[in-house]
Amino acid sequence: MRELPRRDFLKLTASALLTAAAAAAAAPVAWAEKFYREPPWRRKKPYWGFCVDIEKCIGCGRCVDACKTENDVPREPFYVRTWVERYIIRKDNEIKIDSPNGGMDGYPPVENPETVAKSFFVPKLCNLCENSPCVQVCPVGATFKTEDGVVLIDRKYCIGCRYCIQACPYGTRYFHPILQVADKCSVCYHRLRRGKVTACVEACPTGARMVGDLSDPQSNVSKFRENNKVQTLKANMGTEPKLVYKGLDKEVR
Amino acid sequence: MHDSVVIALRDTLDKVTGFIYPNELELQWSILIVLYPYLTGLVAGAFILASLERVFNVKVLKPTYRLSLLTALAFLMIAPLPLQVHLGHPERSFNILFTPNPTSAMAMFGFVYLWYLMAVLLMEIWLDYRKEIVGWADTDPSWLKRLIYKVMTLGVFKPTEKSFVIDDRVGRALTIIGLPSAVLLHGYVGFIFGSIKANPWWSTPLMPIIFLFSAMASGIAGVMLLYMFLCWARDVEIEMPCLDTVAKYFLTAVIVAFSLEMLESIQTAYEAEEHFDIIQLLIEGKLYISLIVIQICLGSLLPILLLGLTQIFELPEKVRKVFYAVSGTLSLIGIFAMRWNVVVGGQFFSKSLMGFTTYKLELAGREGLFSASVIAVLPFFVLAGLLWLLPPWENKPGGAA
Repeated sequence: MRELPRRDFLKLTASALLTAAAAAAAAPVAWAEKFYREPPWRRKKPYWGFCVDIEKCIGCGRCVDACKTENDVPREPFYVRTWVERYIIRKDNEIKIDSPNGGMDGYPPVENPETVAKSFFVPKLCNLCENSPCVQVCPVGATFKTEDGVVLIDRKYCIGCRYCIQACPYGTRYFHPILQVADKCSVCYHRLRRGKVTACVEACPTGARMVGDLSDPQSNVSKFRENNKVQTLKANMGTEPKLVYKGLDKEVR
Repeated sequence: MHDSVVIALRDTLDKVTGFIYPNELELQWSILIVLYPYLTGLVAGAFILASLERVFNVKVLKPTYRLSLLTALAFLMIAPLPLQVHLGHPERSFNILFTPNPTSAMAMFGFVYLWYLMAVLLMEIWLDYRKEIVGWADTDPSWLKRLIYKVMTLGVFKPTEKSFVIDDRVGRALTIIGLPSAVLLHGYVGFIFGSIKANPWWSTPLMPIIFLFSAMASGIAGVMLLYMFLCWARDVEIEMPCLDTVAKYFLTAVIVAFSLEMLESIQTAYEAEEHFDIIQLLIEGKLYISLIVIQICLGSLLPILLLGLTQIFELPEKVRKVFYAVSGTLSLIGIFAMRWNVVVGGQFFSKSLMGFTTYKLELAGREGLFSASVIAVLPFFVLAGLLWLLPPWENKPGGAA
């Protein structure tokens, strides 16, 4: 093997280091440009989103009932595609959360109402994550995201390993006791495709729930997001939900 | 089938404390999924022990080399069974191999498993036994065994000395590949849990490495106990230098595993993030016995103490044997508790971090104690079969083993 003269070796090392240093110095600029990410609904039409106005929810539970009827969800209280949580925050900061039967049959009366600082209802459903952990972990690809942004399950392909249920940070999935597969809110995809709204939205008497096309700037959901300060649940998870809430309290999990 | 699940869940409803999301009442991964990392861990640990002899030339370990390999194979053959039984649709499980989702840690299981079983373990065992198999095919008194050995020679009845030299080299190369494979197999099992960001009890980059070292501890303890038991059963003297060395590695693995677990706990406590309160309640409440008492005190500290004593003082052989047997058994129980605490413990608390569900282990049923016990015992039957067919000790096949 030819020997590398010391001078050449030093030159080579120095130039390699310089190149690396230049790349490192330029990198932040390149990263900053990449930091803005175009929302996926700019690229694909339609692209479904969901909005909840917590201040409008009265906790009547009609959405839960409508969902169970529409989607053949088992009537037991521990299988739900959507549910409504009641938060009672007392003046001494004690927090009580309940959702008996998913909120479908109403709630027991509040004890000592004079000690309550605030109380509100929070409807929950699939968060329509852009980066869905459930899709990521499904070993066979039975859980997938449609091109219009909805996460669905292929019941004929799911092997029933329940990994997706573990991976969902929002607890929106359950194991269907009869079909022996994972099940979840499909945002009534069968209805959306026919130009209808979801069963829960249709049943909501106060308009607290909204479903619509995020790719259309004039749609109800786009306008709602534009005109209100909205938040997502567990933003730190990096799941980028397309379900947003208006009036979300810091105690809501 | 599903009716019993629903009835059991209705009973559980009033045992919930605090608030959980409605769907969280049912514990998704039961005792079978506790068993799975436990069995896989024994495989990886036993194989790593075998590799020490082969790759790092720790000659004193020779008496346990083949036994480790056979133990690894026996447990590996049963390891996927709890997963398979647990699936809602076991008949669709082949989809994991045919249409794997590349982003899913679980989808990689089939490949890691097949690679490990086919390419590494089976090949290595076959190469190591080939010379004997050829001999036994002629000389074994039982016609059935002669027939099996004949099939196992793959038609080569008169291999040359040169081919054995090649076998040895290939075998060594395989062990060298096998070592990272074993690490991959079990590190990956840890990743299945460690990569679930939704669950703060699981989500830590240390999870694969914690699983790996506890796997090593359990595998080495398993082989150590098996070796002691088989020597007793065959009425043969235990080779103490070998046993002492195995115990030394065992102690190392227990210390590293325990340190990593504690490091993880201290980090969680010190950072005290949002989820810390519920984790603290979990450890002080539902996991107190299985974590503090069994996993930490009995399964880690006591074995470290006993094995440490054997290192510090020159204890008589009899005492050492008792200490090894006791610490091996305790550690195996402790590591089972560790798997339990991870898998079941991680599902006790709600992702709302506001309450707990509960888990009642049924006796019968697909996911009951009975079926789990059967699966846990099966590897020993497989091992008995393997020992009958491929005796790891150097006496005549067919003789009293």
